Formats: sequence, C-alpha cells, structure tokens
Amino acid sequence: MTGELSWYESTARQRLAGLLDQDSFVEFIGPEQRETSPHLPLFDLPAQFDDGMIVGRARLQATHVLVAAQEGRFMGGAFGEVHGAKLTGLLRAARDIGSMPVVILFDTGGVRLQEANAGELAIAEIMRALLEARLAGVPVVGLIGGRAGCYGGGGLIAGCCSALAVSEQGRISVSGPEVIETNRGVEEFDSKDRALVWRTMGGKHRRLIGGAELFADDSMASFRAAAVSLLKNAPPFTAKTLEAEQARLEERIARFGRCEDAVNIWTTLGVPDALSVPAMPYADFVALADRLETSHHDAR
Amino acid sequence: MEQLNYRHIALSRAKGSRLQAVVGVVASGDLEVLVERTLPDGECEVDIRTPITGFGDVWRAVVADFVQLRSPGGLKLSVNDGGARPDMVSLRLAQAVRAVAGDRV
Amino acid sequence: MRDTGRRDRDQRLQAGARHAEGKRVHRQNATALLEAVIRPGDRVCLEGDNQKQADLLAVALAAADSATLHDLHLVRSGVVLPEHLDVFEKGIAKRLDYAYSGPQSARIARLLFGGKIELGAVHTYLELFARYYIDLTPQVALIAAVSADRHGNLYTGPNTEDTPAIVEATAFKDGVVIAQVNEIVDTLPRVDIPGDWVHFVVESGKPFYVEPLFTRDPAAITETQILTAMLAIKGIYAPYGVQRLNHGIGFNTAAIELLLPTYGERLGLKGKVASHWALNPHPTLIPAIESGWVRQIHSFGSEVGMDEYIRARSDVYFTGPDGSLRSNRAFCQMAGLYACDMFIGSTLQIDLKGNSSTVTVERVAGFGGAPNMGSDARGRRHPSQPWLQAGKEADPDGPAALRRGRKLVVQIGETFGDQNVPLFVEHLDALNLAEKLHLDLAPVMVYSDDVTHIVTEEGIANLLLCRDADEREQAIRGVAGYTQIGRERDAAMVQRLRERGVIRRPEDLGIDPLDADRRLLAARSIKDLVHWSGGLYAPPSKFRNW
Repeated sequence: MTGELSWYESTARQRLAGLLDQDSFVEFIGPEQRETSPHLPLFDLPAQFDDGMIVGRARLQATHVLVAAQEGRFMGGAFGEVHGAKLTGLLRAARDIGSMPVVILFDTGGVRLQEANAGELAIAEIMRALLEARLAGVPVVGLIGGRAGCYGGGGLIAGCCSALAVSEQGRISVSGPEVIETNRGVEEFDSKDRALVWRTMGGKHRRLIGGAELFADDSMASFRAAAVSLLKNAPPFTAKTLEAEQARLEERIARFGRCEDAVNIWTTLGVPDALSVPAMPYADFVALADRLETSHHDAR
Repeated sequence: MEQLNYRHIALSRAKGSRLQAVVGVVASGDLEVLVERTLPDGECEVDIRTPITGFGDVWRAVVADFVQLRSPGGLKLSVNDGGARPDMVSLRLAQAVRAVAGDRV
Repeated sequence: MRDTGRRDRDQRLQAGARHAEGKRVHRQNATALLEAVIRPGDRVCLEGDNQKQADLLAVALAAADSATLHDLHLVRSGVVLPEHLDVFEKGIAKRLDYAYSGPQSARIARLLFGGKIELGAVHTYLELFARYYIDLTPQVALIAAVSADRHGNLYTGPNTEDTPAIVEATAFKDGVVIAQVNEIVDTLPRVDIPGDWVHFVVESGKPFYVEPLFTRDPAAITETQILTAMLAIKGIYAPYGVQRLNHGIGFNTAAIELLLPTYGERLGLKGKVASHWALNPHPTLIPAIESGWVRQIHSFGSEVGMDEYIRARSDVYFTGPDGSLRSNRAFCQMAGLYACDMFIGSTLQIDLKGNSSTVTVERVAGFGGAPNMGSDARGRRHPSQPWLQAGKEADPDGPAALRRGRKLVVQIGETFGDQNVPLFVEHLDALNLAEKLHLDLAPVMVYSDDVTHIVTEEGIANLLLCRDADEREQAIRGVAGYTQIGRERDAAMVQRLRERGVIRRPEDLGIDPLDADRRLLAARSIKDLVHWSGGLYAPPSKFRNW
C-alpha cells in the first residue's frame, strides 16, 4: 500500500508521468507560456499556468501518442476557454497528422460557470474535432478515475470516444447527483447517499452496463495496461458502427428501462449476488464483467 | 488579487541541469510553483499572485527563509496561490528546487 | 425510618404505571409517561454523550406541556440534538450542567447569552459522572439501549458509553430509570444493565441515533500533518518509550496512527511504543492493529461501521461473551487519567504560557473528556519509564525518591489551522467568553502547567525543560512558525533553547520536511482501511467513493 501514489490521488502531471514511457513526454503550450484564463481574474480567482489542461506528445509502450490530461483539483477540472481550446487544437492536430492516436485523461465536473459560453462552445468544438479525428482513422481513448469524475460536457465528450477505461472511483455521467436531486427531489435521487451515486454513475456500473470497455484498478500500472489495450482494440468509425451503437442502446433500454436501481440491472444481467458488487475486489470484478459481456461493441 | 515580488541574493547556484519544472496545483489550500532557470547564478526572484490580500509580511518572511535554506541561485519562481498556509508554501518552494535539480519530488 | 426518597419514587412509579403494561410503555405514550413521572424542578439526566443519543426520549421530553413540566434541571454529558435545546426555549428546562456540545455549540452560546439557560457549570465527563454520586444525582434518568427483554434487562452493546454510570447513581438513590430500546426481545445477547435497575422501557422500533465522530478520512491528511506526526513519533514516542496512551481525535493523531506500521516500523519501534490504548475504535488504527503493534484497547464508546471488525479482533478490544464490544466511558476516562503515560491531541488556541482552549466567542463546545486525558494525574503512584523520565526533566535537581512523575501531555497541530487562523494567540478567546458569561473560570481545555510538549511543523517544544516563564514563552514562540507570535520571537534566545534541546527542529531529529509524503501513510483512503480490515470495516455512506 505504500510506494506509488494511486491514480485517484495523483495530479494530472503525476498521472502522465506514471502512464507514459519515462522522459518521453513533450508538452505543447506548457506552463512557461503562461496561456492563462482571461476570465478568472475578473472574478478575483487565481489562474493556473496551464489552465488545468496539459497537452503534448509522448510514447506509450513505444507507440507515439498525443495526450491530454485534465487537472481535477483546479476549478474542479472544469472546461474554460483556454482549457477547451488546448484540447480542440490537440484533436485537430491528431486529425491532420493521422498516424498518432489520442489518449485523454478525463477529470472534470463539466463547464466552468465563470466561462460558461466559452466553455460550452469548447465542448461542441471538441466533440466535432474528436469525431473528425476518428473519421480520419485516429483512435481516441479516454481514461476516467479522478476525484471530479467525468461529468457534464466531459461526459458527452467521453461518449464520443472510441473506447473508455474506468476505475471503481471513477464516475461518468452528464447531470451530477446534486442537480438530479434539485430537479427531481431527494426521493428520486438522494445525492448524499454516496453508495447510490456510485451504483448509478460509478466505474463498476459503467463497465457492467457497457458505458466503458475496460475496468482498471486505481493504479498507474493498471491504467497504463488499459490504455495500451484500448488503443490496440479500438474499432473503426463507420456508419455500420453507429448503426450497431443505435441498436445496442435500443436493446439496452428495452432490457433495463424498468429497473429501479443499478442492483436490479445487475441482477437482470445475470450477476449472481448483485449486492456484493460494490465491495467486490478488483480481480473478481474484472472476471465477472468479462464473463457477462455478451459481445464486443462500440457503443456506450 | 495581490501581486508580490521579491528579489534576493542567493549564496549558490541551484543544483542540477533542468531548465524548468512545475509543482503543485491551484486548489484550496495549495499553490502552483513554476520554476525557471533564467537568472544569473547569484540571484533569485519569487513572484506571487494570491487572492488572499494583506499577508505581505508573512510571504516576505517565508521567502527569505526559503532563500537562505535552499540556495535557489539562478531561479525564478512564479507562484499561483490557492490560499495555502505558510508551511505548504515552504514545502512547494522546496519541492520546486528539488524538481528543477532533476530529483524525484 | 428516613425513606422519603423511596416513597417518593413509589409514587412516581404508580403515576407512570397508568401509561404502562408492566414496564413496557408504548412509544405513543412516552410524553405522557414523562409528564407523569417527572415533577417540575426535578434533576433529569437525558442520556447522550458525543455518540449515542436517547433521541426518542429527547423528542418526547421536548413535546411535553410546559405547564405540567417546567424548570427542570438537566444534568447530561452532551448537548447534541436540537431537542436538547428546544426544552430550554420552551421553558421545560431551566438549568443545565453538562460537558460537551459540539454540533449545538453555536446555538447553546446564543441561549446562554440570551438568558434562556441558567448554567450550572461546564464539566469534564468524569467530573459529571462523579457528581451524579454526590450532588447532582438524577431523580429521573432517560437512557438508550439496544434491546430489552421482558424483565427490563438491557443490552447496551458497543455503544454502552455512559449508561452504567448514569443508571447506578439513579437506581440506587431512589431515582426512576426509563430506557428507550430499539426492540424488545426474548433473549438478550448479554445483560449490560440488570432489569432490577430499570423501571420503564419504551420500544422505539428503530436504532437510536449515533454520531460518527471518530472517523477521519486518510485522504484528507496533509503533508504538514504527516510531518508533525513524524516529529511526534521520533521526538516523543521513541525517546520516552510510550507504551500506554490516549489519542485525542484529529488529523494529526490519525496521521500518527497511520505512520506506525511504516515510519514507526522503519525506526524499529514495534513492540516498544503504542501497545496499550485508551481509545475509541478509530478506523485509522486498523493498519497498526493488523501489523501487530497493538496489544489491547479499552474504549469510551464505539464507532459507526466498526462492529464486525471488533468482533473479529476480540484479542484486542473489550468484548462480551456475545462477541460485541463493551465500551464504558467512565472507566475509560479513568484509564486515560491513571493508566496512560501520554495524552496527545489537537486544540484551537494556545497562549504564551501554554494554556490551550477550543472555545471561541461564538461557540461553546464544552470540555468533553480532554481535560481528564490531558492532565497530570497527581494521585498516581505507580511508576513507569516515561512518567519517571518526564518527572526528572521537570525537576532535575530535587531528590529522586521524592520526585513526582509526570504524564506526557502533548498538544499537536499546524501553526495555522482551518481558515488560516493562527494556533498561537496572545489572549485566549476563552477569556472573552468568561467575561461575557460571568464565569468564574475561563474554559481552558488543558492548563499550561499540565502541558509538557507542543509539536508543530516547525518542531517540538519541551516545556518540561523550561526553567522559567521567559524560557517557556520563547520555547512556544520558537515553534509558532510564521504566526505573529512566532515572528516576534527573540531569535537569540530561541537559538540557545535549541542548543539545549528545549526546542528541536525536524533537522535536529534527522527529518527532512520534504520526506513528509503521503506515500508514508499505511492507508491513504477509507477504501484502503476497508482493505486492511479484510473487508470487515463498513464505513458510513458519507465516506464512500465506490
């Protein structure tokens, strides 16, 4: 338990150091460029030199990759103008280069309120750039396992990726727990019931329901192996893919649409003791998820 | 926001060969330190941006002690403060010197 | 025959019998029962310390008609639930003697200033229990238990806490004992309180309320707290050889608990320190227990989520024949006072003499048990190595055979606390509060003449080695960091104190602050603790991220 820091606890820079081949990372628009948010000072808020988004190129098990990593502890990892523009630029470069896949380390609560318009535009531009890259044959994979999770516009972007890996601590959704409770009432969703939050949006559930392809342990080594695997098995992006996705989503809602809770979904999936899933150790859960998976798909 | 700037004479050049490094995160109770090897060997500069105003005396004392203890000659350290306490500031400044020396932080 | 007390009780029991079937009272009749049994002006103990709360009975009391029940004198450990203060707003209660008021500390301050509460005194737990036997004996005790059988025997379980102390005093001085229980069963797991001592039982149908107070998330422990923990272990635990101890609750002590299996191991201290504890079942001690550091722990109360782990570690914890924990606050406080060689805990303010306080002018949190733990027990006679060593440091010149030993009382914390408020101050807020409330004494948690060491990230000040008030003041300033108190130090004197070892900096102990890394913690998250416990620890929902 001592030694290396966990993925969850690490900063974005520490994750990149743990994920990529040693000394292979070259940063684009690094902190020394001081491309900071033009909006935050207006609110008397401190800026960060990289605006919470690190982009660059590196090698991952000797493969050349483009990488982006969000700092979840700065402004909740939320998208702002510069933050978003860096990721847009990276994805457009990926499209133009064509031969380098992209790995995105998500850790975001969505769009920064202080930069709402710029942030929302950025989400849209990123989604477009991501899909153009995929159309050009570039795999774009996402890794999710940080404190902020992957919410709001981040969740939408993740949904556009070729494939995703998520850890137990990771969460993927669009609306956050508090927003759901405010809009639908505490009976519908008690945001303080953290076990419920993780059952609904957390990594294990996403893996079981097909919202992520791989389940990673909360460690650098595990995410590294997951990233390598996702890149190796990334599916092509064609009309056939989209049609299969549509079919899978229709089947999914037909099968689980009446379930009250994730536990019911897991039982329907064929998990022998659904209540034991949250406490299940990593290796056992991976084996279970692999066993239950009916067919490979590019849909989440 | 308050901006503070301190220039000091350093006794010796900061070790190592790396030209820049960054440690820390702008989060509540934390701070980001960007360190660049851009000054003459005997000089050191610390530039601070902080949302907590009125603590100039404390920053000055922390920086002075840091310079004396860690010999950061030739380094410019730029700080974005998220409201960190003095002990955290001392820690990150020391980590920055270690990082630019090429040591594991 | 002088037995008015006994006849009085019989009358109360008769009045209460109208609302009961034998001892059993339906929860709908709880308020009516209280109105029948309690008389205006009575001394009533409503159970609730900092954990378990007799919540059904509190609500029932607060619902009473203040024309029938008024001017009660409440004697109780903890003012925790809103109902505990509602009774004062409504005039049901008038006078209060208590010990702790964490969650209600702001509201109780307002009621005290507003004259709605006539304050007897703020006590420590042990003092209050002691007074139950001398001059604050309750006429009626409202207590909480897990279950009762048909005879009124009670099982209080892991959260036994104050109940035995309260019930014995009340039952044997002609008082009436009314218990709320989660359920009535045929057979109890074990008998904690004999039915002879219990007069009425109200079945609530659900578990009584418990505050999860002693769980600290390792994810929140900072590098600075780890540095203070390293200093404490290497600079105090090791040289004094502290085997028997109590940790006050806090992140600094949680860090110490999590550093024993790693940093403590590296220093070769296993078996030499931290083996016998007066401590609640802190989840953060699990790694040390699993690593073989801990021989035995006695507890004041329990802690949410720890029941199964405790059951599986009966070699370490005090458990009944049924396997569950038996806690006892009165005995554990006594143990901390007399059978422990060290108390170490955090505080909010320390002045230039070393007096420490957790009181601020808007909040009156009370004392709890800290002053019992954090005080030198002058009635102690049995020797131990740390006690004798500390005594020698305090009085190096006196004849050894007449020298008193000293308990180590350590205050640990960062120089700047929450909201960047300095730990060190010229004048304690407690003084302002005493003035405002016309108190005889300022509410001091630990007095300067009891404090032996102060540990901050700047170093350790050993006050035992200080020869006069000046040295003491400079020793404190010398570890007060960049606070105003710290910056106004006499640098030359602080240097001399450092040379004598009165102040020791991390470097003096061979510790580099950069080594105070979260990677040193044996567990870095609540999940890690669950893992260490083999899945037996079940943390409350608010600590989960899975």
